Amino acid sequence: MENNPVSHSSTGSGTRQADQIPPDLAAKIDEAVTHYPVSKRSASLPLLHLWQNHFGFIDESGVDWIAMRLDLEPINILELVTFYPWFRQQAPGKTIIRVCRTLSCAMAGSYEVREKFCKSVGIDPAADHHHGLPTSPDGKFSVEFVECLASCGSAPVLLINDDLHEDVTQADVPGILKKYA
Amino acid sequence: MKSLLLPPHPKERRVVFQYAWTQGYTPDLDCYLKHGGYEELRKALKMKPEEIVDEVKKANLRGRGGAGFPCGVKWGFIRRDDGKPHYLVCNGDESEPGTFKDRYILHDDPHQLIEGMAIAAYALNVHLAYIYIRCEFPKAAEIVTRALQEARSKGFLGKNILGSGFDIDMHVHQGAAAYICGEETSMIESLEGKRPYPRIKPPYFPAVLGLYMSPTIVNNVETLCHIKQILRLGSDEYSKMGTPGDGGTRVMCVSGDVMRPGPYEIPAGGVTLGELIFDVCGGLKPGRTLKAVIPGGSSAKLLRAGESFKMKVKGADGAMVDKDVPLLDLVMDASTLAAAGTMIGSGGVMVMDDTRDMLWALNNLNQFYAHESCGQCTPCREGSLWMNKMTTRMLEGEGIEQDPATLKNVADNIAGRTVCAFGEACSWPVQSFLAKFPEEFVVAVK
Repeated sequence: MENNPVSHSSTGSGTRQADQIPPDLAAKIDEAVTHYPVSKRSASLPLLHLWQNHFGFIDESGVDWIAMRLDLEPINILELVTFYPWFRQQAPGKTIIRVCRTLSCAMAGSYEVREKFCKSVGIDPAADHHHGLPTSPDGKFSVEFVECLASCGSAPVLLINDDLHEDVTQADVPGILKKYA
Repeated sequence: MKSLLLPPHPKERRVVFQYAWTQGYTPDLDCYLKHGGYEELRKALKMKPEEIVDEVKKANLRGRGGAGFPCGVKWGFIRRDDGKPHYLVCNGDESEPGTFKDRYILHDDPHQLIEGMAIAAYALNVHLAYIYIRCEFPKAAEIVTRALQEARSKGFLGKNILGSGFDIDMHVHQGAAAYICGEETSMIESLEGKRPYPRIKPPYFPAVLGLYMSPTIVNNVETLCHIKQILRLGSDEYSKMGTPGDGGTRVMCVSGDVMRPGPYEIPAGGVTLGELIFDVCGGLKPGRTLKAVIPGGSSAKLLRAGESFKMKVKGADGAMVDKDVPLLDLVMDASTLAAAGTMIGSGGVMVMDDTRDMLWALNNLNQFYAHESCGQCTPCREGSLWMNKMTTRMLEGEGIEQDPATLKNVADNIAGRTVCAFGEACSWPVQSFLAKFPEEFVVAVK
């Protein structure tokens, strides 16, 4: 689960994530691999999730470590990190606000809600977000558009860390930010 | 979700959602057992597997994930005694814009899904199954994982379940925010730990060469819950709830410009589009009129208010007669919507009123498909991108005169030329928006 990705601030240059695997993460990894008795490679996605949930993102040492753990080449893991929108190679903000962009939410005002979040935390809503999550200067919040979150009946919706927020209006934004501050 | 807390509308018949939305119902095993939980699994384990497959065939259950393939026919492709391992994969990647039903099953009634899967596994001689859940449902993954542990600890899963001699285990597998993984062969690649590029059919029909190149059945979350309900009600009563060829109930997900959006479980063909919008969902917002409807998830072709469709319908004497059916009289079942040139798909009905700009709406969908194309096939990778670029520049007043024609040309050259149905999914909105609202896609000559 994604709440409190811990050591993203301490994983600066020169620190390899693979050197900091705590016993509980190692145990979860061992357990996940047992779910795939036919092919260890199937555990690639689960391991990437466990890794990112713990470290906040996946660095090069993580790619190498997971590949080695599953008897794969690093490229087999890296090509997943770069394909799937969920995985990150840079640290995100402490709280990640995902605003649904797709049609029913857009009709219900999700563009305005996203803009309000961006402006409230000091992110330029028009900036190019292609490399890394757009994050507030204080590192507290990342705000991004995501595609349909499958809750169109209560549009617009947000996924904040693990929590779904429904029927969100611009007026709700300050209260939501306070809750996650 | 507000509509879930309301008593069922008279047009509804809650079968899969019989309990999930009632006061005090919780997703734990104790609660499930108090509501008849795992009774149908007990029943199934005393039946011959072939009898179960037969029941599913007779129930006329169509897949609820979007393609609408008859479930019993799909199951019939599996040869129980071919000596190969078989796999069952539950598709919980619910990502088709406009669709929001599986999320409630996964969060509110996980044991119903597990029971349906255990019955399916027994019928198909499967001993290992995966529940693929999109990672944007993090709590669902937790809830289902806990439910699996409960079921295992009480002998509903694992070795020799309920003393039957049958073994079945299941695990949750989380996706990573890629729409393409909802396509069944893409899901299989994703489960194998590869980039989820869809496989070409033939030869890679999952029932023949699926997960780990073994026979595999991929079924949607709602579909698997219906398996339990077919055994509970019997195929006869179950199929009678729907129309011939489209049995049982279907969760219709209504969103957009209606007063009461939400999921509504309705017998297949049990309402017309007009009844669904104006009665079940309380109509449009005050002062608005209907403009357009996407009836089955964003990939389904758009319908325009006021249009009518020539189709064969049953007359008073039972004989089939040609008739002009107005939009709001379309019966919401698979064959009627197919006859209207669109599809019931995943049941996602998106309603747009007269305040909506069709170029804006199409551009929103084009952006979705451009983002989600996996990039394997050139027509889709390049085409979805260019369709998005064109509607974006038209929207920004930078379009050129030929854009509408080019847009149609690009769409026409994607559909039918790709490995998977994403090609159609991204072309159909463009083709139908242009055909139904040509006046909104005219670029003024500068």
